[in-house]
Amino acid sequence: MTLRNGWEMVVGLEVHTELKTATKMFCGCANSFGSEPNTSVCPVCLGLPGSLPVLNERAIELAMAIGMALHSTIAPSTFHRKNYFYPDMPKDFQISQYDLPINLGGYLDLPDGSRVSIERAHLEEDTGKSTHLGGSGRIHGADRSLVDYNRSGVPLVEIVSGPDIRSSAQARAYVVELRGILIATGASDGRMEEGSLRIDANVSVRQADAPFGTRCEIKNLNSLRSLQRAIDYEAARQVDLIEEGGTVRQETRHWDENVGATSTMRTKEEAEDYRYFREPDLVDLAPDQSWQDRVRAQLPPMPAERRSTLRARISEPVPTVLDAVEVVIDLGLDPFVHAALDRGVEPALALARAANELAGDLDGTSRLAAAAFCDTLLMEQRGELSATQAKTVLAELLARGGDPRDIAALMGYEQLSSDSLGSTVAGLIEEFPDEWTRYRDGDEKLAQFFIGQVMKVTKGQANGKAVVAELRARR
Amino acid sequence: MSSPLRREDVAHVARLARLTLSDAELDMFTEQLGQVLEHANDMASLDLEGVVATAHPFGLINVVRDDVVRPSLERDVVLAMAPDSQDHRFAVPRIMGESP
Ligand SMILES: [Zn+2]
Repeated sequence: MTLRNGWEMVVGLEVHTELKTATKMFCGCANSFGSEPNTSVCPVCLGLPGSLPVLNERAIELAMAIGMALHSTIAPSTFHRKNYFYPDMPKDFQISQYDLPINLGGYLDLPDGSRVSIERAHLEEDTGKSTHLGGSGRIHGADRSLVDYNRSGVPLVEIVSGPDIRSSAQARAYVVELRGILIATGASDGRMEEGSLRIDANVSVRQADAPFGTRCEIKNLNSLRSLQRAIDYEAARQVDLIEEGGTVRQETRHWDENVGATSTMRTKEEAEDYRYFREPDLVDLAPDQSWQDRVRAQLPPMPAERRSTLRARISEPVPTVLDAVEVVIDLGLDPFVHAALDRGVEPALALARAANELAGDLDGTSRLAAAAFCDTLLMEQRGELSATQAKTVLAELLARGGDPRDIAALMGYEQLSSDSLGSTVAGLIEEFPDEWTRYRDGDEKLAQFFIGQVMKVTKGQANGKAVVAELRARR
Repeated sequence: MSSPLRREDVAHVARLARLTLSDAELDMFTEQLGQVLEHANDMASLDLEGVVATAHPFGLINVVRDDVVRPSLERDVVLAMAPDSQDHRFAVPRIMGESP
């Protein structure tokens, strides 16, 4: 969306990602999504008096890995208490990095060639989860609230971008690329719908090259769709306001996905006073060079590199194929595609089956051996399986694993192997000698007749191209 | 060096902590907290030229633990400590305003 009358939006994003550790940030309670309420709690994450936090080494290493992937400087850092009174934080403060974050600076390059600067990526702990009963469902008017502290103390990294984003589409591309990095580093599963990625957007508008305008912060955008819609709505609201002679107030706004609008949560005057001070129960964090080197050595290739590696293997970069590359990189399915290309599968076929069939059952890919994926695609490419049959075999492999040949046989597809197709065609030639003679003498229309006969015999499971190839071979 | 603690400051901090103080309490805490701050202010009378700011008495860094799960508390024990619970969750009075 372009803003009218030469207005330009200026957007910076704060992305919060839960880290995929076994335990919480400061205690040994399991970091597990979806367990029974209040079963993963202890004196530390309940904020009971006398309990002491101890840093989780894995959380620090994942935070460093994120920083390294974003070209940040790993810096000596400290922890602070962010004080506020809210029942989802049982200590009445959240431990967070404040003026000295673990990752300083950096940047993220997007597929369209633009670069978004990174200001910082720091560690903090998540809060508990409250459910509000009664009233309208929104917090105001609820009669009481129920709190589950399983999530309290789960490690988070907050990644703060510079105000470099100029459109909602670019904001979306930034989050998608960042999500790919978080998945690649093993820091996150990237599941926005489960809340493991949460986004706040700072939005302002200005005339091109004018100084930045007053910004509003939109809280808790938890899907790519909400992110794009909220940014577009908010920028348009600010332009309307200014053109009508008003001024934008610096405030925190809430996005309502159902209404499709943002509304004031609190103004700058009401802003919380967090009274940050150093967390006296934690010592400084200063990863030395050898610790950093160990983490860096374990970094896998990031999406940008994997994207260019995969693109380099594609001779015909048409839009559908390039779209499939994006899906495959985004979902980390490229190892399957590389394996298939190594075995001689056509790039377009390998990418299509990965971007559609594998992407449609991501959980199933853990059961799918790369060799089975390649075998299935080669059978399809040789005409032993039709496209529909190949998809059915893949679905079965994703659901239960196994050998594609066994599955094809079980499904009754075996008559389509080149041997059985050959004998089917041979039988039809004997059965229809006149038609065969006319075909052999150059009447190509008779190919359709034979394809029809083969389809009848095989109950529609044959591959037309393979039948023609078989006919030509016998001409 | 610093201005003395004002009654409004105490009222502000009390509001952040969602505490309701009577006028008499406000006067008392302004006095008491003022004394604490004054004591901290004694530092200003020392010559600290060249002394590096210290946040922790020990020179330790990088104190970490392995990412290994340890048993959590029994839920029944945990919820028994709460004034009220419902559906295995802590029940609290109606929340005013949104989470920061
Ligand atoms: Zn715990």
